[in-house]
Amino acid sequence: MTTSKNITDRLGQVVVASTTGFTAHCHELYQAPPLGSLVRCGRDDGVVYGVVAGITTESLDPSRRPMARDAKAESEDEVYANHPQLTRLLATRFETLSVGYRDDVGLHRYLAPLPPSIYSFVHLCSDGETREFTESLESLSVLLNAPNAPQDDVAAAFLRLASTTHSDPRAFLVRAGKELAVQLIGQSQRLNGILRRLSR
Amino acid sequence: MTQNGSTGGMQPAWSGVVISGSLTDGVTARLDAGSSVEDIKVGTLAAIEGERMRFLGEITDVSLESADRNLGAAPPDTSDPFIAQVVSGTTAYGTIKVAPRLVLDKEAALSDEQAHMPAKTVPSHFSRISQATAQDIEMVYGSEDDQHFWIGNPLDMETKLCLDVRRLVERSNGVFGKSGTGKTFLTRLLLAGILQSGEAVNLVFDMHGEYGWRGSAEGSTREVKGLKQLFGSKVAVFALDAESVKRKRLNPDYMVKIGYEEIEPEDIQILRGALNLSEVAADIPYSLQRKFSKRTWLKEFLALQPEAIADLATEMNVNQGAMATLHRRLGRLDRFSFMDPTGAHDSVGRLLDYLNRGMHVVLEFGGYGNDLLAYVLVANLLTRRIHQRYVDMKERALSEMSPEPRPLVITIEEAHRFLMPGIAEQTIFATIAREMRKYNVTLLVVDQRPSSIADEIMSQVGTKLVCLLDDENDVKAVLTGVSGGSKLRTVLASLDSKQQALAFGHAVPMPVVFRTRDYGTTESYKSFGYLDEAERKVKMEKDLADLYGPEDE
Ligand SMILES: Nc1ncnc2c1ncn2[C@@H]1O[C@H](COP(=O)(O)OP(=O)(O)O)[C@@H](O)[C@H]1O
Ligand SMILES: [Mg+2]
Repeated sequence: MTTSKNITDRLGQVVVASTTGFTAHCHELYQAPPLGSLVRCGRDDGVVYGVVAGITTESLDPSRRPMARDAKAESEDEVYANHPQLTRLLATRFETLSVGYRDDVGLHRYLAPLPPSIYSFVHLCSDGETREFTESLESLSVLLNAPNAPQDDVAAAFLRLASTTHSDPRAFLVRAGKELAVQLIGQSQRLNGILRRLSR
Repeated sequence: MTQNGSTGGMQPAWSGVVISGSLTDGVTARLDAGSSVEDIKVGTLAAIEGERMRFLGEITDVSLESADRNLGAAPPDTSDPFIAQVVSGTTAYGTIKVAPRLVLDKEAALSDEQAHMPAKTVPSHFSRISQATAQDIEMVYGSEDDQHFWIGNPLDMETKLCLDVRRLVERSNGVFGKSGTGKTFLTRLLLAGILQSGEAVNLVFDMHGEYGWRGSAEGSTREVKGLKQLFGSKVAVFALDAESVKRKRLNPDYMVKIGYEEIEPEDIQILRGALNLSEVAADIPYSLQRKFSKRTWLKEFLALQPEAIADLATEMNVNQGAMATLHRRLGRLDRFSFMDPTGAHDSVGRLLDYLNRGMHVVLEFGGYGNDLLAYVLVANLLTRRIHQRYVDMKERALSEMSPEPRPLVITIEEAHRFLMPGIAEQTIFATIAREMRKYNVTLLVVDQRPSSIADEIMSQVGTKLVCLLDDENDVKAVLTGVSGGSKLRTVLASLDSKQQALAFGHAVPMPVVFRTRDYGTTESYKSFGYLDEAERKVKMEKDLADLYGPEDE
């Protein structure tokens, strides 16, 4: 299993926290995990799980907007090489939707009673953790009903990523699809859209 | 899980869960995601595991439901196998309807008589449903033994479906189905079953020569063995048509002859249709019998010259035209080689000799099978006399405590010819059907137009074995008076066009669709204990060896 690569990958720290989700600031520019990834923050006695629902890279200082530079540059990398300060003026943040937590009792796939604290470390979940978390798919309803999030894309991305951690990805997706079909009764267009994303 | 519930470790072909139902309308179950409606056939037996009881019933309908009323507007792209797999059983799912018929006591031992009872309630919500198991079938219909005859296999099952022959012969029975659906094959099997069980003796009016020597089959094997070939020493073949006997070089046990003296006015009555006689004309024989004598009336009447007819009519005060027609039409009997003007014959006596000895008799009509007049005349005449003798024997048995006559099953093809409204009242067959088995005689009627049979007779038929029928009236006719009959309608309509039948009634605890046991293959003959030439030789040598010890010391 390829867990060793991911397991200690620390992505960043929590900078905004609420019961329904948290926002993390990446330690390094552009180092956000892909949309739909399962991440975790907090210590052993209180882990909160989130699914990446949005990623933003912007100026650290809201009053200073980035502008186009180096019209003659051959490549984008050259732009960053010419202006090393850019990596410090820009910041990548990602927002997550809280989908569960773990306490001394065990794993729960619903909202944690308290949000994580600011500066909590955020890690990408290992394959094993992701597989365990997605053994059951109650948390899908959070993704499908989240306000201000591209719900269907997040849900599809989450399932597709999670499927690779299961021994039979296809069977996992079929099971997930059936769960979606139940959750999206009466919304066949949405269902069809998500299923199409999953089937690719 | 109880012993009944286990499927021997095998995954059931399909499964589901009860979602609604009533005793009158049946139970509706939603199929599990892995089960497709396409795997399920109407008529299949289903078992429902209730809380305390196990319910059995047949699937009467299959339908597609969707959880989403807008599904039609945005149908999923099921050409994508992934999407199809997801949608099946969730957004779109199948439901089945099952008519609960029996409940099995979960604790009762196998083959316990009281093991099943009529269902008087329905299983509770979310009870699991799946195909009935081999054990269910045996518990309800019994397993193969002397009394239980293997008649076929329940739809989509390998298990043997057996018929309780003792119960079967307690009443008159019917095999129905349109032409070519397998009635004759099924009837031949029933006859074999009755024969092997020893519960009754058979008398078969073999209109088309399909039961005695050999039967015909479609396809490559054009001929199948008859009862005589399979059960030689237990079957006697009587023949009517000397001509065809000679042509086919057959060696019948007895050539049936009928003397003019044996024909009675009642025999003419039921030939009204076949002879196209008016009511008036058909009544004249009664007067003729009074005028001449009980025995010679027909011979004397037919001997009259046409001129003499008018005088006779005047003398007897009957319509002259009617009498002339009767004279002309009865003249057709002359053509029949089996009619003997010289005297009486004791065909009936010979028949009874065989029957009383426990032999089964097939009467082959030969060429006369295509002559309705001959068929109706002979079958009715013989049956009437045999019935009379049975009544005598039975009554004697009652008063003198002598042995009862062996139960007799009389098989007639094209039964509606005898049992049509209007004719039924006059034929002996209707009487027999009505009497049940008061005199130890019952019928096995075989017919392709059950709607032509009088309702009153149909309602007396104890067990019905029905192959595909496509005429609405015929379907209605076989189902009238059957409790829960309307639920069987779809089942009947979805039978295969061959070698499949629905059985219900007296001898069947619960309606069942089955594939009729194969008949005509070497394998099938073997299953009846038939040995071919080589095998017979081996067996005989073995028997001799058993008797006298091995040849070499
Ligand atoms: N049990 C069976 N075993 C083998 N073949 C059968 C069986 N039942 C029906 N068939 C086939 O179907 C054909 C028609 O059956 P038959 O009994 O003659 O129909 P029916 O009497 O209803 O007109 C037969 O010739 C045979 O080929
Ligand atoms: Mg036939």
